[in-house]
Amino acid sequence: MAYKTLTRAALVAGLAVGAAFSATAAEKPKTIMGADAAMLSNTCAGCHGTNGNSMGPAAPSIAGLSPTYFEETMVGFASGEIPSTIMTRIAKGYTEDEIKAMAKFYGGQSFVKATQSFDDKLAAKGAKLHDKYCEKCHADGGQSAEDDAGVLAGQWTPYVNWTLADYKAGDREATKKMKKKLSELLEREGNDGVIALLNFYASQQK
Amino acid sequence: MNMKITRRGFIQTAGAATAAGMIGVPYIALGASKKVVVVGGGTAGATAAKYIRLADPSADVTLIEANSNYYTCYMSNEVLGGDRSMDSIKFGYSGLGKHGVKVVHAKVTGIDAKARVVKTSEGSTYNYDRCVVAPGIDFQWDKIEGYDEKVAEKIPHAWKAGPQTAMLRQQLEAMKDGGTVVIAPPPNPFRCPPGPYERASQIAMYLKQHKPKSKVLIFDPKPKFSKMGLFTGAWKKMYGYESDNAMIEWHGQQEEAGIVKVNAANNSVVTAFGDEIKADVLNVIPPQKAGAIAFAAGLTNDSGWCPIDLGTFESTIHPNIHVIGDASIASSMPKSGYSANSQAKVCAAAIVAMLNGQEPGTPSYINTCYSIAGKDYAFSVAAVYRLTEDRSKIASVSGGLTPGDASPEVFKREVAYAHSWFNNITHDIFG
Repeated sequence: MAYKTLTRAALVAGLAVGAAFSATAAEKPKTIMGADAAMLSNTCAGCHGTNGNSMGPAAPSIAGLSPTYFEETMVGFASGEIPSTIMTRIAKGYTEDEIKAMAKFYGGQSFVKATQSFDDKLAAKGAKLHDKYCEKCHADGGQSAEDDAGVLAGQWTPYVNWTLADYKAGDREATKKMKKKLSELLEREGNDGVIALLNFYASQQK
Repeated sequence: MNMKITRRGFIQTAGAATAAGMIGVPYIALGASKKVVVVGGGTAGATAAKYIRLADPSADVTLIEANSNYYTCYMSNEVLGGDRSMDSIKFGYSGLGKHGVKVVHAKVTGIDAKARVVKTSEGSTYNYDRCVVAPGIDFQWDKIEGYDEKVAEKIPHAWKAGPQTAMLRQQLEAMKDGGTVVIAPPPNPFRCPPGPYERASQIAMYLKQHKPKSKVLIFDPKPKFSKMGLFTGAWKKMYGYESDNAMIEWHGQQEEAGIVKVNAANNSVVTAFGDEIKADVLNVIPPQKAGAIAFAAGLTNDSGWCPIDLGTFESTIHPNIHVIGDASIASSMPKSGYSANSQAKVCAAAIVAMLNGQEPGTPSYINTCYSIAGKDYAFSVAAVYRLTEDRSKIASVSGGLTPGDASPEVFKREVAYAHSWFNNITHDIFG
């Protein structure tokens, strides 16, 4: 069962990246692909920080992400399924194997939590809301990468805020579970609930 | 991709690899040092020095740079607009020291490619196994009548950041409301292709707020420029472009709109059409070429730039010397900060491989370049590049511009991502 799901995910991933490639292949000269993990990953540092830890104020840290999450996100950018400002233009430039290599490289780095401002009271409220609505998938207060979901604790606030805004607006497709939890949160707490969550994630700095 | 590796083919490949390895073995076994001298501590040079040390801590890396601080050209337009301090674009070299790079502050006067020696103005010499030359740009002072290094002390180019940037900002602050700012961009190729137009935008943003009767006039020798549609779109939205109250005017549909002469005495320029335009603040960005040391070391060709192997950045004129950044002919990458940073990493990996008797690996390159055109309004161009199989080109395999019809939210987010890019890349280079 688990094997089947994995195969299907890999197949979908392959199709998406392959399609992005064949569109450009006709008009472009033949290029040498298949660079190693460090060569590929070092190109990300200009925007995401050396070894994937961003200096902020907005570009997310990508160190220590789960490789599965990294791959899914890159494939989502390449296909345009996940909205972005710039990543949809960049993600198409890598093969499936290269994305896997980068996912492994960044999965092996340690995530350094961002130093940023937050409000104590809102953070305390956010902690409770996180437990209620988010903890099941974003475990350990949003710190864990092992659940193959995004790392929220210590991530740069504007990025988390904008990603949530994209989910709310329906521009980014959430999983069924997340859709349900997010609409419950918004129904009961409104946007204040989101702000509290953002403060909770920003408050985790150690 | 679905190439079948035959037994015979495999043996041949393996044999070749072993042979290549063999060349390096005696060299390493003799205990020869892995000496690298990097000439120039800008974006390309500093990145290369750091990444060679990161990849091979046994490499002996010396970086020679004349200045004790580096001011980045990128984001210097925000200094002109008033949103950023000079200090925030100033970087020192202590970070490189922590990575084990030996930093020497001296002026390099020559490179003896045969003897593999770098010479400085103080008479010191530095031997190398591999040399990295990253001199950035220099100006072609003979191209615009009446504009030279001396005149530039009063009429800034501000195309190498630092005191020139501060001078231009001071002149903008001192200008009366209703004044005219004239910007004269250079012909291709030059450092930071969208830079003159971001500069016009940043100055217009400042004037709109503080001196709303003023104007920015651009006299361009090129009928097209980088991110043209995005800039003119932004100018229409924010600065009345092409209206009766336009704060920015661009003249460049015909190449005669470019300037050929500067009259320093009355602060005016003369276009190739023969029109004389008087300015209150004048910014002349002259035609460009590779930095002086590239010429002194004989690394340039007739174009005034440095031909290189596009996979290793090794000079095609002098072996064992690599040229990276703005001075190199890295077609088809633009001369940008991120290009320089990315090229430096490709070059560093190639040098580390070569010093250890290995074949350089497959390169991958990137460029992303943000322009901040106004409050909450930035856009970008990005590309991922690979080496073509015939090594004739660094070809873009994906990328493109921010869509012109992007939402206000996208333009706003790109401002924060532009600032993130600046913080991250400067830390990646100097941190």
